[in-house]
Amino acid sequence: MRFTPNSDAVVQEMLNSIGLQQLEQLFDDVPDQVQMKRPLDLPPEMSEMELYSHLSHLAGKNMAAAEHPCFLGAGAYDSYIPAALDQLLLRSEFYTSYTPYQAEISQGILQAIFEYQTMICQLTQMDVSNASLYDGATALAEACTLAAVHTRKQLIVVPETVHPEYRQVLDTYAISGYYEPVFVPCPDGIMDWDRVAGIMNEQPAALVIQHPNFWGHLEPVEKAADLIHQAGGLLIMVVDPLSLAILKPPGAWGADIAVGEGQPLGNALNFGGPYLGFMAVTRKLMRKLPGRIVGQTDDVEGKRGFVLTLQAREQHIRREKAGSNICSNQALNALAAAIYLALLGPRGLKEVALRCHQLAVYAQRRLEEAGFPLLYEKPFFREFVVKTPDAAAINQRLLAQGMVGGLEVDGGMLLAFTEKLNRQDIDRLVATFKGE
Amino acid sequence: MSQLIFEKSRPHSNKMTIPPAEVGHVDINKTIGEEYLRTGELPLPDLNEVETVRHYTFLSKRAYGVDDGLYPLGSCTMKYNPKIDEWAARLPGLAGLHPYQPVETVQGALQIMYETAQWLSEITGMDQFTLQPAAGAHGELTGVMMIKAYHNKRGDRGRTTMLVPDSAHGTNPATANVVGYRVEEVKSDPRGLVDLEDLKSKLGPHIAGLMLTNPNTLGLFEEDILQISELVHGCGGLLYYDGANLNAIMGIARPGDMGFDVVHVNLHKTFGTPHGGGGPGSGPVGVKKHLEEFLPIPRVDKRQDKYLLEYDYPHSIGKVKEFYGNFGVVVKAYTYMRALGREGLKEASQHAVLNANYVKEHLRDTYHIPFDRLCKHEFVITAKNQMDSNGVATMDIAKRLLDYGYHPPTVYFPLIVREAMMIEPPETESRERLDDFIATMKEIADQAVDNPDVVKNAPHNTVVRRLDEVKAARNPVVRWEESGDV
Repeated sequence: MRFTPNSDAVVQEMLNSIGLQQLEQLFDDVPDQVQMKRPLDLPPEMSEMELYSHLSHLAGKNMAAAEHPCFLGAGAYDSYIPAALDQLLLRSEFYTSYTPYQAEISQGILQAIFEYQTMICQLTQMDVSNASLYDGATALAEACTLAAVHTRKQLIVVPETVHPEYRQVLDTYAISGYYEPVFVPCPDGIMDWDRVAGIMNEQPAALVIQHPNFWGHLEPVEKAADLIHQAGGLLIMVVDPLSLAILKPPGAWGADIAVGEGQPLGNALNFGGPYLGFMAVTRKLMRKLPGRIVGQTDDVEGKRGFVLTLQAREQHIRREKAGSNICSNQALNALAAAIYLALLGPRGLKEVALRCHQLAVYAQRRLEEAGFPLLYEKPFFREFVVKTPDAAAINQRLLAQGMVGGLEVDGGMLLAFTEKLNRQDIDRLVATFKGE
Repeated sequence: MSQLIFEKSRPHSNKMTIPPAEVGHVDINKTIGEEYLRTGELPLPDLNEVETVRHYTFLSKRAYGVDDGLYPLGSCTMKYNPKIDEWAARLPGLAGLHPYQPVETVQGALQIMYETAQWLSEITGMDQFTLQPAAGAHGELTGVMMIKAYHNKRGDRGRTTMLVPDSAHGTNPATANVVGYRVEEVKSDPRGLVDLEDLKSKLGPHIAGLMLTNPNTLGLFEEDILQISELVHGCGGLLYYDGANLNAIMGIARPGDMGFDVVHVNLHKTFGTPHGGGGPGSGPVGVKKHLEEFLPIPRVDKRQDKYLLEYDYPHSIGKVKEFYGNFGVVVKAYTYMRALGREGLKEASQHAVLNANYVKEHLRDTYHIPFDRLCKHEFVITAKNQMDSNGVATMDIAKRLLDYGYHPPTVYFPLIVREAMMIEPPETESRERLDDFIATMKEIADQAVDNPDVVKNAPHNTVVRRLDEVKAARNPVVRWEESGDV
């Protein structure tokens, strides 16, 4: 199956019209030594019907977590996606378009991103949002670079209650030399306040708090902003956007930068991507925010319109002086997030968040009754670690029952609860834990 | 005027319902604690589903995609995005997979990743690929980090400088800077190719490598590539291939055979996955054997017909992204590659290059061609004639194209060409589409002479006219607020 509309006869006429006889002549400038002298060692083309059965076969070899009770979370959540969402995403003017550099014919995309930026600000209670970044982990890395550049300091304090993959990405990005992460052990499932406070005299550029943290627990955020601000650094909060429907947002805690994984907002699991990282900052950091930003302006007739703005920050202008090499955003994923928030609305989103929390609380109580207490006795939003030495065996039993168990961690299992689960699912989970 | 979704919000019009949990009473003031709870209403727009659907349908009509028409954006490869790819990526057995599921439940997904890496290796002539980077620029970051890791492991820490041609994409120097390199530019010669003498003068023991696009951003094949490779390797540097222009050479020449050590490819350019209005993309990175140990973890391996995720690579640069990359995009690219197969991929490149040369030759008498050679999948012309005689600039011509229903070419890039227009008519465009575009470009050139104002004041037919970008940057309004602007 090919998507080249010109027939051989047309190709020949086109060649002749520019004074050539055959296609090979178009590559006369490629030195003989680097010309491939053999066909690519790959299978031949497939018809659409063959593709249909091949891809169906490959997909059929997997177990779709989204079609089973799924207790896996840890940064990716099996949320319900309203039917209207994908139909809108399939409007091909959206998904087959390029970055909206040509503003006059890209107003729809620019406006949608402007609205996305506003919604992220509404959720986080921050002043300014960018148009999205690759994912939550890279958004955190960009936030740390921003903090280091802004404060002209390097040390980033990162409690080990931050998602391990985020910490790994942070470590990889540290090769830049902009910042230096220091990871703080937290044996009690929440940030070790004394250890963190102890580092404050080392002039940190920022303190990172994931709230709720990787284990699902609420962090002692109340005095965190004061602590880091007094030390001359910034507070970076990593948040689950859904939690912000009921939890106090980063802006209210005094955060300078809020980042997170936007996947829970209407983006399918997709085996880990594509997702979107969101990033919002206080107004004073606006001109240091990485990534694309859409702004409002007027056209020559005074009509409101939208453009990519503050581009003086970006790589195509600053080149070797750029602090970030970001050249795209996750526009379609950000669009999905915005449509999701619009479809759910203020009450719907809150009800989803409450349902997740209520199911998690119910599961925790039932598990505790069954002899599986919390590993860390702390309040949680929609995830927690249940204590068990047999997580692997329990997960095998859950799988045999058609359920996707939680993440196996030291001393237990990290369980997540989305609104797609119900009481019966949880009762089956508890029964399987008990070996029934 | 277009209303914002917030301006359409009416209290209590959203009637989406969420079923109650039915798990007994949960008092969040106790389970979470009052001090942790949001106070006041959540300030999101409040619309009924029908109004939300109409809002986004309206917005979609104010956008322009490949399905609307020709999109000759140079260096972006705006080819047709096959519909079967969208179908494939949405299969529940692919879209519904959690990244932390047990590997035995995701064998089909890992097979797709494994085979995609194999296909990319064969197409580019590299030994191994990672699919983790989320975009081209992210691939560059990953690739240059590996170059740094390679030198570091050899104790070769004096290599502080990355070379980039003066025609390079902005992401090249930005990437090198972000990875902590000093950036030095290599000049282009009168042919529009890397100036070998200038390159030689900049080589030395401080050089970490050279980042190169081939064909380059002028659409020209770097004919001296083997010599360039010898020179860079001769001083201990590595050669990085920016895959933005891979669409010109599939099945014809391979970066691996040209001497490149690291390549990134853009699945959203060469392999037909949609650009999504600016993302998601995917920027897999391929390496030769001597760099394999530095690839990000996890890697997809295969043992006795079982696919697995392997983390045990102690010299890996680590992770550059959550999980395993933009898998959903990889599925689309895999479907695309399987559709075309070995002959189809080569034909795609041949037709892309034919289309570019066809358009270039037919515009020869109308627009200035700064580097007049056989081009590859794209070429650069300029508005020099129009500027000199009537003051009509490239931007004016670009905006006038909007009136005719075209997306304009890439403009003012590469930076070394004044009034540049970089035109890439991909292989999925028919001769009729190209002829229409050529005719339109000629008509605009005529207007630039007969009625320059109509070009200078373009666009006239779009939903908004030229926008005040200076105002947007000076007084940034980057969100809506009920009480007025921020």
